[in-house]
Amino acid sequence: MRYSGLQVLKEGLFGQKGWKPVWRDPAPKSEYDIIIIGGGGHGLSTAYYLAKEHGLTNIAVLEKGYLGGGNVGRNTTIVRANYFLPGNSEFYSHSLKLWETLEQDLNYNVMHSQRGLINLFHSDGQRDAFVRRGNAMINQGDDAELLDRAGVRKHLPYLDFDNIRFPVYGGLLHRRGGTARHDAVAWGYARGADQRGVDLIQNCEVTGIDIENGKVRGVQTTRGAIRAKKVAIVTAGRSGQVAALAGMRLPIESHILQAFVTEGLKPVIDHVVSFGMGHFYISQSDKGGLVFGGDLDFYSSYASRGNLPMKEHVMDAAMTLMPIIGKAKVLRSWGGIMDMTPDGSPIIDKTDTEGLFVDCGWCYGGFKAVPGSGFSLAHLIATGNHHAPAARYRLDRFRTGYGIMDEEGKGSQHNLH
Amino acid sequence: MRLTCPVCGDRDHREFTYKGDAVMLDRPAPDAGTDAWDSYLHLRDNPCGDTRDLWYHDPCGAWVVVERNTVTHAVTGTALASEAKR
Repeated sequence: MRYSGLQVLKEGLFGQKGWKPVWRDPAPKSEYDIIIIGGGGHGLSTAYYLAKEHGLTNIAVLEKGYLGGGNVGRNTTIVRANYFLPGNSEFYSHSLKLWETLEQDLNYNVMHSQRGLINLFHSDGQRDAFVRRGNAMINQGDDAELLDRAGVRKHLPYLDFDNIRFPVYGGLLHRRGGTARHDAVAWGYARGADQRGVDLIQNCEVTGIDIENGKVRGVQTTRGAIRAKKVAIVTAGRSGQVAALAGMRLPIESHILQAFVTEGLKPVIDHVVSFGMGHFYISQSDKGGLVFGGDLDFYSSYASRGNLPMKEHVMDAAMTLMPIIGKAKVLRSWGGIMDMTPDGSPIIDKTDTEGLFVDCGWCYGGFKAVPGSGFSLAHLIATGNHHAPAARYRLDRFRTGYGIMDEEGKGSQHNLH
Repeated sequence: MRLTCPVCGDRDHREFTYKGDAVMLDRPAPDAGTDAWDSYLHLRDNPCGDTRDLWYHDPCGAWVVVERNTVTHAVTGTALASEAKR
């Protein structure tokens, strides 16, 4: 079924009885050409682009829970391309371009809203750093504008500009940055992949990866053995456990990143705004809730919930930057499980096992990467060659020391990002 | 989450700085080769469940090996790194 405004009108007149399930619920076949482990944003977009760009449709996506039930449904929905380093810069630039035509491409409303992202700065040194970043973004072909204090005030009149400790000096505006409806992104890709013949198999946990003579042969699952010529592990948040099934250890530690949402309010925060002197960033959902988050809790965890110190830090930072937020009531908070790599950048690569691929290590930046990651991994699986925008996301960069992408300039070791 | 410093006793985890998996205690020989050093510096078991990791107690300067569960955050034991290593 093709969605359109006319369809919505028609269904509205006839009691909404004509809508069909958006995807099938097939039983797993005994063999596929390609198996994607993980039915989250990245796995579903990989399946979609394999079908759409490469005409490969004998594919199964295996999901242990339900589609989109992991980090793609648990993030703060920000979409941007404001990276600095070669490697990240071209990748996120490509991903943002895919975002900009995604709804037409999928025929699905993912509520992508390019409302503008403003990263604030609070000192001369920080201004210099943002000028440099803005120039890198412009060199990449993306957009960046430096706002002075008055410029920021025009956009964000509610900030505490004269905060005694952290006055606002200005901000870097990325107009094409914004947000999207996170669940809809997973659903849109799932629908698109399903329509092209991909089997989306839920409640199907992979319990083993079959390898013979250095080649992948298939997987064992809670719904039986499935043979496949190629298998991709796309399970960020659980990458270590799944890779262990193939006898691999990954350069990844899992950490918690907390996020918060308030009760629904009338429109007040029109942009995505990040504080430059504490870990706090915020946007307002179309439902009205203020969605905001901070930094990692900084200890390895799979608990999906965080501890109080980071909550306090985020609330402190929020009150410092925008005291109006003190009136809002926090409705809930949660923690996502982040695949943290030593340099803070992701991995899309082949492995030492022929036919086995990994897409992991998305740290705290996986959501905006969903289209680009799927596109680039599909390219790698289908052609055997790295897709240019993701060509630097190599698994062996830590071992060799070549091609480390340390965006924050902190050093390439665990617990620094 | 609270952690027990073997020197100072039961403390808020704000007082501690996290270093990472306790494999950091098993430093390979300088000439152990690339794979051993890659394994030591980068590769992790990253267990979903019981783990051993290294925390630094800022007030007293003790390195502490903490046994805890990464799913429940339950702490089952702590020891000084200098003793745990033996």
